[in-house]
Order: sequence, then C-alpha cells, then structure tokens
Amino acid sequence: MEFYGLVDGTEISLRKFLQTLSGVDQIGAEARAAMLATRSIKTSAKNWAIDLAISMVDLTTLEGADTPGKVRALCNKAVRPDSTDSSVPSVGAICVYNDMVAIAREHLDSIGGSHVPVAAVSTAFPSGRASMAVKIQDTQDALDAGATEIDMVIDRGAFLSGQFQVVFDEIAKIRTLCGTKAHLKVILETGELVTYDNVRTASFIAMLAGADFIKTSTGKVSPAATPPVVLVMLEAVRDFHQLTNHKIGVKAAGGIRTTKDAIKQLVLVNETVGSQWLSPSLFRIGASALLNDLLMQRMKARDGFYPSPSYVSID
Amino acid sequence: MTDFDYAPALESRSIVTIESEYGHFINGEFVKGANHFPTINPSNEEVLSQISLGGAQDIDRAVASARVAFESTWSKMPGKERGKYLYRIARIMQERSREFAVLESLDNGKPIRESRDIDIPLACAHFFYHAGWADKLEFAGVGSSPRPLGVAGQIIPWNFPLLMLAWKIAPALAAGNTVVLKPAETTSLTALLFAQVCQQAELPAGVVNIVTGDGRTGSALVDHPGIDKIAFTGSTQVGKAIARAIAPTKKKATLELGGKAANIVFDDAPVDECVEGIVNGIFFNQGHVCCAGSRLIVQESIAEEIVSQLKVRMSKIRVGDPLDKNTDLGAINSAEQLSKITALTKSGEDEGAMRWSPECALPKKGFWFAPTVFTGVTQAHRIAQEEIFGPVLSVLTFRTPQEAIEKANNTPYGLSAGVWSEKGSRIHWASQQLKAGVIWANTFNKFDPTSPFGGYKESGWGREGGSHGLTAYLKSAEEGGNNE
Amino acid sequence: MSDRIEVKKTYKLFIGGAFPRSESGRTYEVNDHKGDFLANPALASRKDLRDAVVIARTAHISWAKATAYNRGQILYRIAEMLEGRADQFASEISALDGISVKEALKEVHLSVDRLVWYAGWSDKLSALVGATNPVSGPYFNFSIPEPMGVVGAIATEKNSLLGFIDAIAPIIVSGNSVIVLASERAPLPAMSFAEVLATSDLPPGVCNILTGSKSELAPWFASHMDIDGLDITGVEHDLRADVKVAGAENLKRIHSFADGQSPARILSFMEVKTTWHPIGV
Repeated sequence: MEFYGLVDGTEISLRKFLQTLSGVDQIGAEARAAMLATRSIKTSAKNWAIDLAISMVDLTTLEGADTPGKVRALCNKAVRPDSTDSSVPSVGAICVYNDMVAIAREHLDSIGGSHVPVAAVSTAFPSGRASMAVKIQDTQDALDAGATEIDMVIDRGAFLSGQFQVVFDEIAKIRTLCGTKAHLKVILETGELVTYDNVRTASFIAMLAGADFIKTSTGKVSPAATPPVVLVMLEAVRDFHQLTNHKIGVKAAGGIRTTKDAIKQLVLVNETVGSQWLSPSLFRIGASALLNDLLMQRMKARDGFYPSPSYVSID
Repeated sequence: MTDFDYAPALESRSIVTIESEYGHFINGEFVKGANHFPTINPSNEEVLSQISLGGAQDIDRAVASARVAFESTWSKMPGKERGKYLYRIARIMQERSREFAVLESLDNGKPIRESRDIDIPLACAHFFYHAGWADKLEFAGVGSSPRPLGVAGQIIPWNFPLLMLAWKIAPALAAGNTVVLKPAETTSLTALLFAQVCQQAELPAGVVNIVTGDGRTGSALVDHPGIDKIAFTGSTQVGKAIARAIAPTKKKATLELGGKAANIVFDDAPVDECVEGIVNGIFFNQGHVCCAGSRLIVQESIAEEIVSQLKVRMSKIRVGDPLDKNTDLGAINSAEQLSKITALTKSGEDEGAMRWSPECALPKKGFWFAPTVFTGVTQAHRIAQEEIFGPVLSVLTFRTPQEAIEKANNTPYGLSAGVWSEKGSRIHWASQQLKAGVIWANTFNKFDPTSPFGGYKESGWGREGGSHGLTAYLKSAEEGGNNE
Repeated sequence: MSDRIEVKKTYKLFIGGAFPRSESGRTYEVNDHKGDFLANPALASRKDLRDAVVIARTAHISWAKATAYNRGQILYRIAEMLEGRADQFASEISALDGISVKEALKEVHLSVDRLVWYAGWSDKLSALVGATNPVSGPYFNFSIPEPMGVVGAIATEKNSLLGFIDAIAPIIVSGNSVIVLASERAPLPAMSFAEVLATSDLPPGVCNILTGSKSELAPWFASHMDIDGLDITGVEHDLRADVKVAGAENLKRIHSFADGQSPARILSFMEVKTTWHPIGV
C-alpha cells in the first residue's frame, strides 16, 4: 500500500495526519532520558552491549580532506577493529561521501569485508541546499558506485518554513530511486529542528515517505544525538510500528564518543521500542572515535586492568 | 536476537555500619533504651537491628532536655549562628549521602535509585534552604521580630524517613525551636544516623532529640504538657486523633495526612510524557506516597490510547532488590501494609473493576506487590475513595473539563492533583478549580524546599516548605511569651 | 629567627577565572599603614575593563540559568574557602589598616558571616518580591525577580574586605556577573579574594576583580553601554553626579548604599518580570 495507506501523497492529507500526532513535553522527555541514563549495565550485560555496539557502528569519514588512502585505512579498521583479537565483530557499515564509495567497496571486498555494506551520504549532504536534480544525481552516483545504504538529508529550510509536502516529496523521490538496491536513511538534522515537537513531526514525515531508517544528524551540527532526541525518535518509530506493523530503524549519529554514551543509547532502545530493535538491521550508531573506546572497554573486561590508547590502532 | 538482560548491579552495603541495638538520642548523647523490637529489611525480612520502644519516661527526659536547650541556648543564640549549624548539618549529610541512601533502602525497601537521586538530595536541600532563613526571620512575614514557639514534638511516617525528618527538623531549628522527633516504628535507622550528624556538627545538646517507638510513644509525645507545637505526618485517622487530643490545650499543630489525588489527562496531553507522569505518580516509592496520583481521570476520547500505552510502559517496570541500581519498584514496607493493599485491591475486583498487572517475578521472601491498574473504575468504588498507599492505580473517565474537576474534587481529601494538557489556559483554569494544596501540571511528584506542600480538607492543616512552612514555627512578638 | 627569605606574592587582576596582568603593563605602589612598601598591584586600564565586560556577559548567561539552590551553595562554599584563609586576610588588613591581627580577624569573621547571609538569599528573593497579582480579569498574573546581567561595582575605601563582600555578593547571588574595582588604598584583600573565588565552584567570569585608579576607571564603568547596573558606593559624593550623567546614556541602574547588609543591595540589581496568562477551558 502506498505510504502505508495513511496519507495519499497530497499536502492536505499529510497535514491532516500530522495534526493527529500528540506533542512532546520537553521537560518530561528530558527527564525520561535522564532516568534511563541511570541504568547500571555491568559485567555480562556490559560485555554483550559492547560487542553489540561495535556491530552497530557506522564507521564514518566525511571530511573534505578524505583521500583513497584514508578510506582504505578506515575499511581495514572496519573489518578488523582489533588486529590482535579476532573475536571482535566487524562494524555495521562504512559511511563515506559518494565519490569514495567505489574505493571503499573495492577495498572491502579485497580484504574479506564483503559483508560490510558501504553507506553514502547524499542529497547535497550536509546542508541539503541544492536543486532536486543535483540531489538525484548525488544519489544515483552513490548507487552506481555500489552503495547499498543511502543517508540523505531532509530540507530543513523547507521544514522550518512549514513546507512539509516539499520535505515529503523529496524523500519519496529518493526512496523510489533507491528501489531495492539500497536502504534509505533519512537524516533529520535534529540540532537545526531544535524542538522535540519538530523532531517527532519530521520523523513521521520521513517514515510515511518511505524511510527505512531515521537518523538524527549529519554530525556537522551540535547538538546531535542527545538521549532525549533519540528517545523521541524511538517513540515515533514505536508509534509507527503500532500503526502499520512496519519496523523502521534509528541511527544515532554525532556526539556519541564513549562506551557509556553508546550503552545509554542501547538502554533507550531496549526500554522504548524493545529488544527486537537491538540489531544492526534496526539500530546504528554513526561515529568514529567511539570504536576505539569500545575496544578499550572490551580490553578492560577481557584482561581485568585498564588499557592505554597505545594498544588500539588509530585507524 | 536475545533480550538485553541487565546483570545485577548492586550498590554495596559495606558503606553502612548498623549496630545490633539502638537506644535513643537525648541531650546530645546516645542513651540506652529498653523494650527492644526488631526492625527488618522488608525486601527479604532480614533483621537489621533492635530498636527501643520509647516510653513515657524517655519522652519526658527528651522534652525536658529540649526545653532546657531552648531556654538556655537555642532561643538566645543569634540567628546567624543557628544558621551555621544548619549549614554544617546540610554539608555533612551531603558528604555522607551514599551512606544515608543505602541505609534508607535497606530499612524502607525503596529502590536505591530513588533514595540516592531523590530522598537524600532533597533532605540535604531542605537543611540548606532553611539554614538561610535562620538569620532572616524578620522577612518571613510574621512581623519584624518573630519568636520561636518553643519545643516542637514531631512525628514522622515510614514512607520517606529521612526526607520527612528534614521537612520537620530544618524549619523548626531555623526558627529557633528545639525538637523531639519520633521516627516511624519500621524505619528508625536513618534518623539515628542523623543523630550522629548532629554530633559531628557539634549541635548543642538537647536541640535535637530522637526517641524511637510506636504509636504509643507518639501519643506520649503529643500529650506531653511540655510541647508547644506538634508536627505530624501520617494517616488522616491519627491526625484526627491528634486534633482531638490537643483541643483543650494551647498547642499548635500542623498535620500532613492522606490523599487520593486525581491525575487528570485531557485529550491534548503530550502522550509519552503523560504516561511517564502517570507511572511516576502512582508507582514512585511503591505508591507509598500521600500525594500519589492514585486516580487517573482520563478524557474518554483518549482513554483507550492512554491505557494501552500505560500497560506497555508498566511492563517495563523492574521490580526487585532495592539495592540493585536498576530496580524501579521496591518492596512494600511491612506485612501490615501489604495486607492492607491486598485487601483493598481485592475489593476492587469484588466490586467489578478490571484488574491488570504485567507479568512480574516477585521474590519469595519479603513483602511484594506487582504494579496494578484497575480500569472501569467509578467514584462509587472503594478503590476510588480509600487511600490504598500502594502501587495500585484506578482509572476513571470524564467527558467534559467540568466533569473532570467534579470527579477530582469528589473526595474528603485534597492534598494534590495532576493536570495534563498542552493548553496553558486550561492548565490554569483547572488549577483554579481544583481543591488541592499541590497541583502538578504536565509533571508529577516534584518537591522542593521552596515550594509549599500541604492539603485542603482532610489532607491536613498547614504547609511545609517555603516561607509558608516556616511561619508555622514562629509567632509574632505581639503574640505573647512562650507557652502562654 | 630564621634567615629564610619569603617568597612574596605578585598581585594580578582576576578576569574570567584567570590571573592576567594589566594589558597596559602598569602597576602602582601600595604601602602599609606605616608607609612601608607592600606590593605593586596592577593598574588596570579601560581595555582590561572592556575585556572583563565581554567575559562577564558570557558568564552571566549560564550563571543566571543555574538553580537558586546551586548559586546559594556556591556562595556558601566561597564562605568556606574564606574561613579557611582567615589568618591570611587578617594579616593583610592588619598591615594596611594599622590594627592588630586580632582586631582584623573580627572583620574577616564578619565577612564570612556576611557571605553566608547573602548565600541564604538566593532562593528566598521570590518570597520577598515575587508575587501572583490578583488582576481584575480571568488571568493568571505573576511577577518574578530576575538578574539584570552585567553589573559594575566601585568598592568602598572603608573595610577593605567587608566592604568588598558587600559589593560583590549581593550582585552575584541573584545570577548577575560583576566587575568590581577594589579599594584603591587597600586592594590586597580583594586581590587575595580572587584566590578564594578560584578555589570555590564559582564559574569563571562571574566575578572579575580589577585594581587601579578610581578616577581613571569610574568614568569608563559609567559610560560602558554593555554594563547594566553600577554600584557607586565607593565613588566620592561630589563625583557621583558625573557618573550618573555618563550612565544615563544606556539608562544604567546606578545605586549607592550605606554600610551593612540589606536585601536592597540584591534587589537593586534585579528586574521584575510580570506575565499574564488567560485562565480558561
């Protein structure tokens, strides 16, 4: 059924639907996230969570200075995060700009990493300020180069000026372009949306238009994946599942630097949407520095003493 | 895909030292007591210690020492020096806060997360706030040179032992009174630890006295002629008995009694935060809360959605060892309380309401009750009228805002109420209409030393917190000498 | 008597939690009551003041957002730190004023207690000047006092420590940040107070301390367009009119106070905001 039978593609239908959404109380949402942050995850639970978090990391490099060398090094790290310990799982995906996709895909395949997907950021990432033609070309280039995940940005200018249908249509077009070649993550850039009400509304627009994942941020704007923002998005995903029986994934990207941060995210998932979402197919963490902190925590658990950064590779 | 099972995350008990036996704290010293009875950990029925049953003589000694301390030291001491004692107490409590939190959870049964994050910090804050009043009493609203009342007899309940102690002792001392405090029978340990803090703060002897015991000890205190003021928190029944007992005397009293608060949810409530507020309202502290939101009064058009989300949320409540940092719902404080809850809950079923609880593995030893919600409740049900004081929620519906207010006010109690709506004017309107001393809008169970707390009607007399609570311990210079 | 040479203190400014020298590089000589050399405190320039205002403005934003409880606790901790250094301050006051250390200690103890008194006000100001107002109409109307922003203070020449506390504590307890010009004659206790502040939990930039020439700097305090209020207790009476004329350019709230503690010192540097909200279904 197109758009899950909830909207028909017209602006009036979208507005009507959005009006049925309840609001979010800022203080209440932040209090709930803060309470969940007090969960104490120790011993066996912590070890399990660390390995799960590693498998959920979208290892990312999105710099103007990216080179083939840098990308290949990232791929090596992605497949074997700890060269001294083969029990460490590989990460969830590699995330790069579209002109690095081919390099990444080729290198991954050559080092035994064909199971690691390549995600490309798209639609004039990070700002999204370009013509639709450019955004489509951006996406097509990535798909042609072998990306099986597309992380697009929504048009925040359109959203903030109330042009929800414009936002919706762009997502629907990119979803159609992806077809069965790639899953689509829709980046809301929650730091620019500012209010939790906006995050909830944007989440629903994205899900209705065909997102497979909703993603918090580009990582270029702060604040990014704060616990209350992720909480609100998980609640939207939960509500959407209750309405449609369809599971949408969530990607938390930006500001998640330590194992503690990552585990807090997993707790949010667990107590909001439930353990079915505790899998890389439905939850991802966009990060770069996080991986080494996870590895160091893993070492501490394994060895019983505190490690030093000298014992994990920088790339 | 496996479930994310949280491994046990126990707070260590080793920070706490519990004596095998306690007496009383009178005139700055720990004195031997008699007629000991056991105090237990309600989560596993382990005996923690032996507590003294204070008798008339113990009360007499304590009141006499409070009187001497009042006349000779405390009422003569400049406010700024009194304030500095209170600051010391606040600081030491902050320093020893983990110790207090663990002890409170052991003795009361409440989750360590709540004692650590709510009870103890609030108790410290009460002392801090009132310390700052001690040298500013001329600004409290009782004239330019207010006087203390004298000796205060204070009786506190078992649901927030240390916090209730702070609510009583801090304003009394700030205003220049001395106190005799009787903690609840089942939860005396943090009060006795507090006595140690008084010693560490070098509080002059006799300013704070603690006599442990049961209802009879409390009666002896209420009836003692040497008391000028009574402060009581507990059941409405006992509150009425106190009111009768002091009627022929000149004793002043504040009473903080029971409640059957309505938590009103309008159709434009922010749903997730509202559900969280409902859960917090009735399951926080196992529902052993006088201001608990025990009646959910939800607009009929949104009732199904709210109740269904509520049940989903309730299934995530973690019931278990109070010392586990991940526990949300701890033990019921006593066998006696458990049987009251059980009996009233059964009446709900008998009277035709529909009972639901999530699946819950309850420990075999100790006193436990699963979080429970009744739907199809109306005002005619016992469970909508009587205070259960447990983790049991009754759900009623309403059609119009006026009906919601009428149902909310349809009770002899009037302690608190909740209102959920995204419309500001509606919140203010509801607040204006509700006959309750504390109204929470889009939140619940929020407490602060600056925020007056107390009820209308049979929920009690007077307020605690803010300048409103402070003035209950003062009289104007014109009101005459002490004990007149 | 040992031949040990004392490591003498260098007195610098206190701006943004750091101890810079004056950007002008200037100092001036301060002598004890007998005329003997004591120290060369910095002679602050208008640029030091300018920099301090920028820092104070940023610091005010988060300080005003701190809870009243938190601010009260921090002021109490400042008192704790001062109590711990009582002897240090007493010897400075004794040298400057020519009184015995025992006498000087009285001023220090009074200063600690004064700080504690102000600390206790942070969460009680609303009880004094906050209100809900029974307007004639279906409106919920409430007034709350708020800090005004960045406040300057010219400290009195009397009581180099107690007068200094009276200048800064009532300003910051409500959430303002302050730039204070210490007593010109006896700036040492104010400068040492910077050490007390640096070891309390007061966020950097909330209290900034300048030393120097009152006649040089007071006009710059008065004319600065990003200073919201000014305590001119330390300005000589015949110069106050000029200060007020300069301050009129941005309608600075300018006040002077008699000795002693008073909630007026706090409230004079606050604004009151009144909000109306309809009451209706």
